[in-house]
Amino acid sequence: MADTKTKEKEPLFSKKNLGLVKDPLADNNPITVQVLGICSALAITAELKASVIMALSVIFVTAMGNVVISLMRNIIPNSIRIITQLVVAATLVILVDLTLKAFVPDLAKKLSVFIGLIITNCIIMGRFEAFALGNTPWKSFLDGIGNGLGYGVILVIVGFFRELLGSGDLFGLGKTYLGHPLLGNPIKGELSGLYALGYENNGFMLLAPMALITLGLIIGFQRSRNKSLIEETH
Amino acid sequence: MSTKRTDSNIYTIVFAVILVVVVGSLLAFFANATKDMRVNNDKVKTQLDILSSIGVEATRANATEMFNQYIKKQFVVEGTTATEDAEAYLIDVKKEQNAAKEGKTQRLPIFEAEKDGKTIYIVPVRGNGLWDAIWGYVALNDDLKSIYGVFFDHKGETPGLGANITEPFFKDDFKGEMIYGPSGDFKSVTVSKSNGDPNNTDKTDNEVDAISGATITGNGVTAMLKKGLGLYLPYFETLKK
Repeated sequence: MADTKTKEKEPLFSKKNLGLVKDPLADNNPITVQVLGICSALAITAELKASVIMALSVIFVTAMGNVVISLMRNIIPNSIRIITQLVVAATLVILVDLTLKAFVPDLAKKLSVFIGLIITNCIIMGRFEAFALGNTPWKSFLDGIGNGLGYGVILVIVGFFRELLGSGDLFGLGKTYLGHPLLGNPIKGELSGLYALGYENNGFMLLAPMALITLGLIIGFQRSRNKSLIEETH
Repeated sequence: MSTKRTDSNIYTIVFAVILVVVVGSLLAFFANATKDMRVNNDKVKTQLDILSSIGVEATRANATEMFNQYIKKQFVVEGTTATEDAEAYLIDVKKEQNAAKEGKTQRLPIFEAEKDGKTIYIVPVRGNGLWDAIWGYVALNDDLKSIYGVFFDHKGETPGLGANITEPFFKDDFKGEMIYGPSGDFKSVTVSKSNGDPNNTDKTDNEVDAISGATITGNGVTAMLKKGLGLYLPYFETLKK
């Protein structure tokens, strides 16, 4: 993500600003380190396609919402700031929903559940409250992009393993549409590829508990590489 | 803090009012501006769905043309009498189900399609999955005893699990399946976890193979078919004569 060339040319991408995008991708990841947005990460990652679409939607809403909140940060009354943030997030989500329904109805149909879920995503409210209220629009925009990406990366990784091991498929394409099926055809009587060798899909991967275990493994892997993330135990 | 202008009650109230008015107008304007497109999209989607149940895959661009080509007649059934109605496909099944609950006669749309020289009858069905509504169209061969094809859709079933009722691997299992038992009694089609027939070679067992991890959605499909098709039985009897 970090491009050192743009950094030299463009002061907008100072090292600190780039950090806003980079940090949430790894050492300050909203899901694996801050443990926010877990619910949707477990709920919608049974398919890679849904993960990608959800990730894109959340990136849009965190980035745009952060900008709007940042622009309004000096005029928002302190006592109703949370509900103001909620209104901004909900408005953006409804606008996205209406636009998709009018112009790409088939995609909107696939998104239907997730669009509503975006409003409840803790990451969005978290970034509005913790960052956008105290920073300039440009920095808030980068922070929104970074956190949206950090969320999306984990979603895509979890979705990749769940769909591959659970359905033997990726993007819903592997089974029938591509000339070379990913793992083979699992229908009994016409077993091919890995299935002919006795391999079977693990249906458990499609259920939420395995999403939690997959996520746990990712967190464990990340902490084994970066010991500073491990909390002190008493 | 208390010296800040934004902390006064008046300011807070004015801010809230302005925010709500601005956001409200923005959303209302946007919803109105896109309304016609959304209504038309829904109409076209219904046409696509009905065509899908008889295995005709149209696109949004040619949906209306194909719909007029394949769907020869549309009727509204009330009891055992059918009235022709060219806009029967726009009948809202959910509204009719609610009307039936209030004791009114449910208006039942049925479409007569012609494909490859065969007459096919298509009826809409609607029920509940795990999270929200599921619905579909069931196309019956002209003997009115076996299924020609089905179309299912859902509002919010779990992706990768219940949402797979829209996938060909599930829908194709219904093709040719009998909705009557061997003795001629109405059985509908059951989504079964234990039929031991994953390839669905037995078309007379009134069962299709369920989707793993989607038990409640599958049961929803079973209930939807039984209830939905059941409503048309009196009319089917008159057609068979």
